Amino acid sequence: MSTATPSADNGNGVMTLENLAKFPEGQKVYSCMQCGTCAATCPYGDDLAFPPRAIITMLEAGLIEEVFNNPGLLNCVTCYACMAKCPRGIKLTEVLLPLVKEQVFTHLKEVPAELQKALENTMRYGNPMGESPRKRALWAKSSPVPVPVIAEIKRAVDVLWFVECYPAYHPRGHDGNRATAKLFKALGIDFAILGNEEKCAGECVRMAGETGLFEMLTDANIKLMRKYKFNRIVTGGAHAYDALKHKYPAAGGDFEVHHTTPFFAQHLAQLKPKLKKKLDYTVTYHDACALGRHNGFYEEPRALLQAIPGVKLVEMNHSGVNSICCGGGGGMWLDTYYAEKGCERLSERRVKEALDTGANVLAVSCPYEISRFEDALKVAGGEKRMVVRDVVELLAEALED
Amino acid sequence: MDILVLMKVVPDVVEELEVGPDGKSLDTSFLRTIINERDDHALEQALLLKDKHGGKVTLLTLDAPDIDDVLFTALAKGADRAVKICGVESVQSTQTAVKLFGETIAKTPGLLPVDLILTGVSAIDDLDGLMAAPIAQQLGWAYTGVVTQVALADKTATVIKEFAGGVRGEYEVPTPAVLGIQAAEKPPRYVPVAKVRAAMKSMTIETVDAPAVEAATTVEVQQMAKPQVTGHAEMIEGSPEEVADKICELLAKRGLI
Repeated sequence: MSTATPSADNGNGVMTLENLAKFPEGQKVYSCMQCGTCAATCPYGDDLAFPPRAIITMLEAGLIEEVFNNPGLLNCVTCYACMAKCPRGIKLTEVLLPLVKEQVFTHLKEVPAELQKALENTMRYGNPMGESPRKRALWAKSSPVPVPVIAEIKRAVDVLWFVECYPAYHPRGHDGNRATAKLFKALGIDFAILGNEEKCAGECVRMAGETGLFEMLTDANIKLMRKYKFNRIVTGGAHAYDALKHKYPAAGGDFEVHHTTPFFAQHLAQLKPKLKKKLDYTVTYHDACALGRHNGFYEEPRALLQAIPGVKLVEMNHSGVNSICCGGGGGMWLDTYYAEKGCERLSERRVKEALDTGANVLAVSCPYEISRFEDALKVAGGEKRMVVRDVVELLAEALED
Repeated sequence: MDILVLMKVVPDVVEELEVGPDGKSLDTSFLRTIINERDDHALEQALLLKDKHGGKVTLLTLDAPDIDDVLFTALAKGADRAVKICGVESVQSTQTAVKLFGETIAKTPGLLPVDLILTGVSAIDDLDGLMAAPIAQQLGWAYTGVVTQVALADKTATVIKEFAGGVRGEYEVPTPAVLGIQAAEKPPRYVPVAKVRAAMKSMTIETVDAPAVEAATTVEVQQMAKPQVTGHAEMIEGSPEEVADKICELLAKRGLI
């Protein structure tokens, strides 16, 4: 019944845990040599009742029901660390874990309250915060650069900007949106947004194991986007990018899609002469899991930051492929649940490392990270020493004067 | 132990409510309805009792946009039967809703007998909680409201009612009875979309035609308007010293220092 990876249909139907061996990437799961690298690299490795290698053992032994009935896998934040490090190259986070997490979610005796509310809100209002869908594009009124809605301008555009929930509703997300609009304008890019019709891309819902809801959102967004003519999609949401890039095509939404950070990096030659304002910041960059480990965008954000006059870039102990997850993604609405279990909040672990670099700006490329790290800095007592900025905010700031 | 749960929709206040051109009702052009939160708790309480004692849980609702999703979700959660009353406006005055539910319960074969009828004790459009008690009166059953716990035994229900100041009272109610639920013993459960879809394939929603009832006219709405702003907070701006000076000035002016 699982449909976590519909893209894997190779004539054997949809991949499930039962028919895994019929698919090349599924067969690879059984090549596990039990080295334990997955458990060791997992940021919540100590709290997973069944780390990936144990899941594989249970699957082979016919005891997978035990894994389904244990809520331990809620501690998987879908950070792609185990997959990036697996010496056998098993696609743990892409193939195995979604199939298992879907079952764990279905078997949960109680869905943690914060997650349940986010899922119910997403189902009803198209965003996890439970805000009115009629207010989704309200932020655009605050943008000094006009932000057209594609249904209103009634013509084809070059870039369809998929705004996503946090940027649409969170005040700090609005800062990033205004910056993105400014950058589009500086580059002369013809763009429009979906406005109030847009719904959550759904990636975090999928990562939590609620595959059915993900499919509902996917279908709604694809049907909507097909109504309009555009060349490509650009989104500032790291997880929205991940879903649009890797999951939407199998559901019939095969669009050219870019994330803002690599997109602006592609336009660096054109952008660089416009970055005239000197920013005397020491910046450390946090590699978002979805952009870094899953899609390999390590150089692009750094190239953009280094193109800003005055910026000094320093690296954290864990960066690039070794970056530590902010705890969002698959764990976005489980902070209270983790705290109740006595787990350290990953965003706090991360900002401590960021503070250790001596940088005064923590640069990010995922809208979740802004609020997560700003909160974590307050808890860690570092809010006077460091600010959190999206890469697009820094670029837009350097555009001025 | 069989239970009948009465559910109705109310205007969703997440969407901004507008007053219609007549100045007496809500503008329905943007109005979206949502299941009354306390009715959802009544459903959960019924399911918790079913988990414990077995029996059947039947839902009875007034037809409304998206009501099928609500009913299939309830069926996926464990309810056994869902019936909707068709041919009526989705948002009704409480008095009319009472008549519609009351007549339907009395005239539709198979809805009774049950041990309990559960419904929300109140709703955002029924703050007085005038739904459950008149139905109990019509049936000649016992009624009690503001219930937060229910234990069932043969021919009695022991219920906990909540009062102000953290005071709780335990009451024994003879069954069959109508209970107005304030909150279920646990928050309403989540059911994955996959299970709702499975319910859509394997189960059906029954429909009954709305009985002819006279619209209740005991209370007439004279006027509906958004509240007027009567006061506001003033943000004191400036450097910490300036802010401190202004606070001292304000306190002195009001004779507090």
